[in-house]
Amino acid sequence: MSDAEPPSEPESAFDPAEPNTGEAFEPVDVFPDSTDFDLRPGADSCYKCSTCDTNCPVAEVDDDFPGPKFQGPEQWRLKQHEDDYEVDDSVMDCSNCMRCDNACPSGVPLSQMHNTARGEYVDGQMSKLSVEYWRNRILANYRTSAWVASKVPRLANAAMNFGPARWLMEKTMGVTSEREFPAFATETFREWWEREGAAAGSRERARENRKRRGDPVDAEKKVAYFHGCYSNYNTPEVGKAMVRVYEHFGYEVVVPEQRCSGTPMFANGMLGDARRHAEVNVSSMADLVEEGYDAIASCTSCSMALRQEYPELFDIEGIDEVAAHTFESVEYLRIHEDLRGAIGAAELDDGLEAEFAYHAPCHARNQGLDRQAVELFGELDGVDVEDVGDSCSGISGTYGWKAEKYDKSMEIGEEMFEHMDEADGETGMTECPTCAMQMEHGTGYEIRHPLELLAAALVE
Amino acid sequence: MAIESEVLVVGGGLAGLTSALAATRAGADTRLVSYKQSTLRNASGLVDVLGYTPDGEGPLTDPYAAIPSLPTAHPYRTVGVEGVREAMTFFDEVGPDYRGGHTDANALLPTHGGTIKPTARYPAGASAGLASDERDVLLVGFEAMVDFDAKHAAAHLEAAGVPFDVRGVTIRFPGDLRADAKVTRYAKLLDTDGEVAVRGRNRPVRAALAERVNTELEGEARVGFPAVLGDDDAAGVRADLREALGADVFEVPMGPPSLPGLRLEDALFDALDRAGGRFETGNPVVDSDGEGRIERIYVEKNGARIPNSADQYVLATGGLVGKGVESDRETVYEPIFGCHVPHADDRYEWFDTEAFGDHEFARFGVRTDEDLRPIGRDGSVEFDNLRAAGSVLGGYDFAAEKSGSGVSIATGYAAGRAAAEAAR
Repeated sequence: MSDAEPPSEPESAFDPAEPNTGEAFEPVDVFPDSTDFDLRPGADSCYKCSTCDTNCPVAEVDDDFPGPKFQGPEQWRLKQHEDDYEVDDSVMDCSNCMRCDNACPSGVPLSQMHNTARGEYVDGQMSKLSVEYWRNRILANYRTSAWVASKVPRLANAAMNFGPARWLMEKTMGVTSEREFPAFATETFREWWEREGAAAGSRERARENRKRRGDPVDAEKKVAYFHGCYSNYNTPEVGKAMVRVYEHFGYEVVVPEQRCSGTPMFANGMLGDARRHAEVNVSSMADLVEEGYDAIASCTSCSMALRQEYPELFDIEGIDEVAAHTFESVEYLRIHEDLRGAIGAAELDDGLEAEFAYHAPCHARNQGLDRQAVELFGELDGVDVEDVGDSCSGISGTYGWKAEKYDKSMEIGEEMFEHMDEADGETGMTECPTCAMQMEHGTGYEIRHPLELLAAALVE
Repeated sequence: MAIESEVLVVGGGLAGLTSALAATRAGADTRLVSYKQSTLRNASGLVDVLGYTPDGEGPLTDPYAAIPSLPTAHPYRTVGVEGVREAMTFFDEVGPDYRGGHTDANALLPTHGGTIKPTARYPAGASAGLASDERDVLLVGFEAMVDFDAKHAAAHLEAAGVPFDVRGVTIRFPGDLRADAKVTRYAKLLDTDGEVAVRGRNRPVRAALAERVNTELEGEARVGFPAVLGDDDAAGVRADLREALGADVFEVPMGPPSLPGLRLEDALFDALDRAGGRFETGNPVVDSDGEGRIERIYVEKNGARIPNSADQYVLATGGLVGKGVESDRETVYEPIFGCHVPHADDRYEWFDTEAFGDHEFARFGVRTDEDLRPIGRDGSVEFDNLRAAGSVLGGYDFAAEKSGSGVSIATGYAAGRAAAEAAR
């Protein structure tokens, strides 16, 4: 029948004016019981507006990538329909920036679908003997390499950027030799923290600050710091700034046992590894939350993992309570302290630059934090924090470290580099360690964390 | 502590953004909070005021002349003709490069389906496409982009009796992008004038595209493309194509996802940023405190409820599609503040059995007093310091009337101004 012909009279016309299910209607369970998270309501909520696709930084430059709408709800439906459906290998080209989550006007849990499909692909379809698998696994387990390197930081710094070794790494492992490995600190954050007297030292300092502030000395102000791998091994100055700023406001800080947040593991489909680390983190934090602590992360990907990815992917006791009590470091102070007032009254002494080109990490978006630094520091005298736009930096953690993704990573980042170049400041600012790597790589700027500026303005 | 401001706007679509801009420029310390990306990204980017009367008369020549005879429940009657005019002037001042402000009369713009849409304002990039212009048109579609069938659109325009000759051709986009390449892929490639392979040789994409179109051009004075001609540098893309083709170039507004809608959203957020307004997106407002007066609202983040407080509030959360108005089998409701949404008790009266019939649901939304404050079933103001704007308002069918953008701008402007005034 061609489209032009009128349809023949249907046997029973659809008449929505009356319920036409009748007494005999019995709802049928379409899908058998499953212990997996039920993604069906999410898939059903997709009305195919494709807003997610217009937010995907990879689909904007990669002609082989079908975009988040396919990777999420469409692929999920295909999986239900065909028993032998194999997850499309393009799921490995998704950088897990999670911008599609932030885009969807219909609340489809896109990144949850991507993470689930990617985990399934790596588990069931990717060869465990392939170079790609081991390359991804090593990149995803950055904490392990960093832990080893932190034992001999100077040697590691020299070795990791030794030309011939990097050439070999690219040729055999597919790790790009274009990037410089981040330097390992000679003293980790945790080593410094122990030296400062750890929790007992923090309690003492917090009490002194409460006195100075006129707060009750026994105020219930206590937080558990999730420093993540990067501020422990590479940028302890961020962790130190966190401690100084929180103690300044009268908070006692504890630094519980913790592993990787899992962010690079989700992005590489290594859900088994991620779960092992998550179990340690949730167990540490759940006990503290019960005692009245809130969990504070200085890296927006770490806070994103604890808040959103954990409860979306794992069923671990206490996980929802931990998610509800996890905050990004500056966000928490904005909610609980008069940070705006403090910033308005502060003066910045010499020592830190006054103009910053700020890039909001993609993972800050879902948490509603992408404008936080600009909004807050807008009221700090003598300081200009300029937003360099809403593009993705392009590195997305391990994505930009893969030799075959490097060019695309730089193509995505080009817009940010240009805007940084046009901004007045010649120092960058961001909350995300890997965005910072990319910003530095593309412009040569030094990159700071908002906590460092906060510490300089309020504490020093 | 709550995150504080004088005016707090809930919603980041056209109404919310206009409202926040109006409040900020009236001197109020303003914050806007919005959940996910708005339906503005699905919108054509054309800014209409009124294309047809509620009885289907039209296309209207002068939308302002028709406003006084609209039903009293219509939001335009609340803000009045002068209110609409003032708001459109405001849009012309703060908005992006749009045309049409020189006259009260509606412009007629071709759409991607080949229909003619009456609209009050249109992006500069669409201006060479006016249906009242008598110069001949070549419409160019891309093989891999099935959303725009140039031949079909051209045939429709002919049938509609446009005063010019129009032809449609379909070409292969240089570089042969994948069949479901995103509109942002085309835009990015054109923005950066990236290299594409054409018969084994790498060429800049703008020149390569112009070359392919040139072989099809038969002296037409203007060429229309689907609206994917760049995002950040759309004007530059058009200028290069115009020069290479020796013809005016315009974009035909497309369905979702729509770059002109996306550009409009970006431009308004930029304008808000420049004006000093603050905004936060990504998480939903789920609840509020206060009887008769809103004390604070709560933004939810993974189970944590973050209080935000202000003196005055604007509700601009959208309609049924934007989820500012929700329904279930029993009732229709406004989910944040629980404002009253009039509707028939029997849900089988909410719609018409004809697809394009007169659906009650199309007019669902909150009703307000003359100051745009939502009113309850008994007609009394629900909250002293809450005003509503945009599609969350009821009493009009924007899809049938072609009044969606105009109502959002007019009520957003009025609500933002009134909120700023009251906050003093």
